[in-house]
Amino acid sequence: MTSTDPVVSVRELRKTYGKFAALDGVSFDIERGETFALLGPNGAGKSTTIEILEGYRDRSSGEASVLGVDPGKGGLDWKARLGIVLQSTGESGNVTVREQLAHFAGYYANSRDVDEIIAAVGLEEKSKTLIRKLSGGQRRRVDVALGIIGRPELLFLDEPTTGFDPESRRQFWQLIRSLKSEGTTILLTTHYLDEAAQLGDRAGIIAGGTLIDIGRIHEIGGTEARIPLVRWRENGVLREERTSEPGRVVASIVDRLGAEPDDLEIVRPSLEDIYLGLVATHEPARELENAL
Amino acid sequence: MTAIATPTPLPAGRTLRLGASRIRYEVKTYFRQGDAVFFTFLFPLVMLTIFSVAFSEQSFGTDADGNNVNAAEYYLPAMLAAGLLLSGLQNLGVDIAGEKSDGTLKRFGGTPLPVMSYFIGKIGQVLVTGLLQAALLIGVAAIVFRVSLPTASENWLTFAWVFLLGVITSAVLGIAVSGIPRTGKSATAVIIPIALVLQFISGVYLSFAQLPEWLQNVASIFPLKWMAQGMRAVFLPSNYESAEVGGSWDLATVALVTGVWLVIGLVVCRLTFRWIRKDS
Repeated sequence: MTSTDPVVSVRELRKTYGKFAALDGVSFDIERGETFALLGPNGAGKSTTIEILEGYRDRSSGEASVLGVDPGKGGLDWKARLGIVLQSTGESGNVTVREQLAHFAGYYANSRDVDEIIAAVGLEEKSKTLIRKLSGGQRRRVDVALGIIGRPELLFLDEPTTGFDPESRRQFWQLIRSLKSEGTTILLTTHYLDEAAQLGDRAGIIAGGTLIDIGRIHEIGGTEARIPLVRWRENGVLREERTSEPGRVVASIVDRLGAEPDDLEIVRPSLEDIYLGLVATHEPARELENAL
Repeated sequence: MTAIATPTPLPAGRTLRLGASRIRYEVKTYFRQGDAVFFTFLFPLVMLTIFSVAFSEQSFGTDADGNNVNAAEYYLPAMLAAGLLLSGLQNLGVDIAGEKSDGTLKRFGGTPLPVMSYFIGKIGQVLVTGLLQAALLIGVAAIVFRVSLPTASENWLTFAWVFLLGVITSAVLGIAVSGIPRTGKSATAVIIPIALVLQFISGVYLSFAQLPEWLQNVASIFPLKWMAQGMRAVFLPSNYESAEVGGSWDLATVALVTGVWLVIGLVVCRLTFRWIRKDS
């Protein structure tokens, strides 16, 4: 593997449970240093994909390569190069934050400084507290700390900020940005589209086991889906118009009304709007919700 | 796995180093769980105390010099054997089943921790806690219940190998049975009855010689009966040997049956232990 090869490469990935295809031919690459956000509704196949790449699940067919290794056959030295933050944790945690991190640091040849990590996830004041006594969001921060303690080349983040308060989420984004600046490649799944927009370089949207769109965060969904919306109130009725020239439209409204229009706003579709539009057209019934 | 250049290769000898690190971690967390400390660590001591108090007026025979053998002396070897079973089989069986269902093992599966280091940690934890438990039992028996301990070095040598072989076998079997419960919540309901039935048929609570022959034959398949017999050989007066079913302590068979179970346990662990069940 050379430094220009993708860190993650997936071709026609399929995973079937009986007759049900949880993944039905997914293909994408993640380049070195890139943060790739995998988005999609519950049961769409995000976690199945990420767990196949982490080596936790076997694929039914297709090709997968993670750091140049088939993830179904990765050994300990392969795992030493990964950082994994799983979606759910329920450990009893009869150790303190510091004890847990110091212990896990020993698993890696080139681990980060324990106190630095504790500070980076904002748990300085809890470092001597037993993990089971922490709140859900604080435990999640321990999970993130354990995921990065080994200085991974590739970091998997499966819904990392569930249970975070807005301030912790901002702090977490800062941490991820510093990891990105060190060159860490990141595969992120999240239900927070603002998080994907903040952190991701590219995104893939998965629904019903297939990738329905993939591209740079600011281009996904195509230019059509990004056309701004001008909204105003006229004679008590809320009106809106989709236009690529919102300034001109507003000027013409002002001209026509001869006054400042009520409740005027120009709305640029957020990643969340675009995402919801894409998923809605692709997946009218949410029968997949119950399938996994 | 294809050879790839890793930036910092894992150093040699790390399996043992991490095993030692796991032992420290396991022992520390073991004593922080209140329930485990009570139900497996102190349980044999509680039982020894109950038997000693309940049967304080009763005689359990006399030694060759005609000295009375009290309840504590009679039950000490049985409680030591029970301790081996509880510290290993019951403790680890429940503990690992819990770690499997709460995601601890899944987390380990995503790290470069060798499975063997994890096993060393578990077996080491059982060894340390089992040793402390045995020391506590013997100490309380001697100091509180006035049990005269054997003085011959031969007896303590027997104790050393029966304890060591027993505790390791029990720990390995604990890892092996941890795969049986389907969830961590059902683990105690599945594993404690196994341990309890074994204790009742193996001469821990009931005198083995008084059990029906068919039940003795069934119990003789399992290692606990032999561990208890080995412990009796250490702590009971030598004239009790004739009261054994075969008329002898039969230490060779103690070593053989326990050793066979150790091998069976190792094979089962090797074949069945997984960090996670893929596709579950």
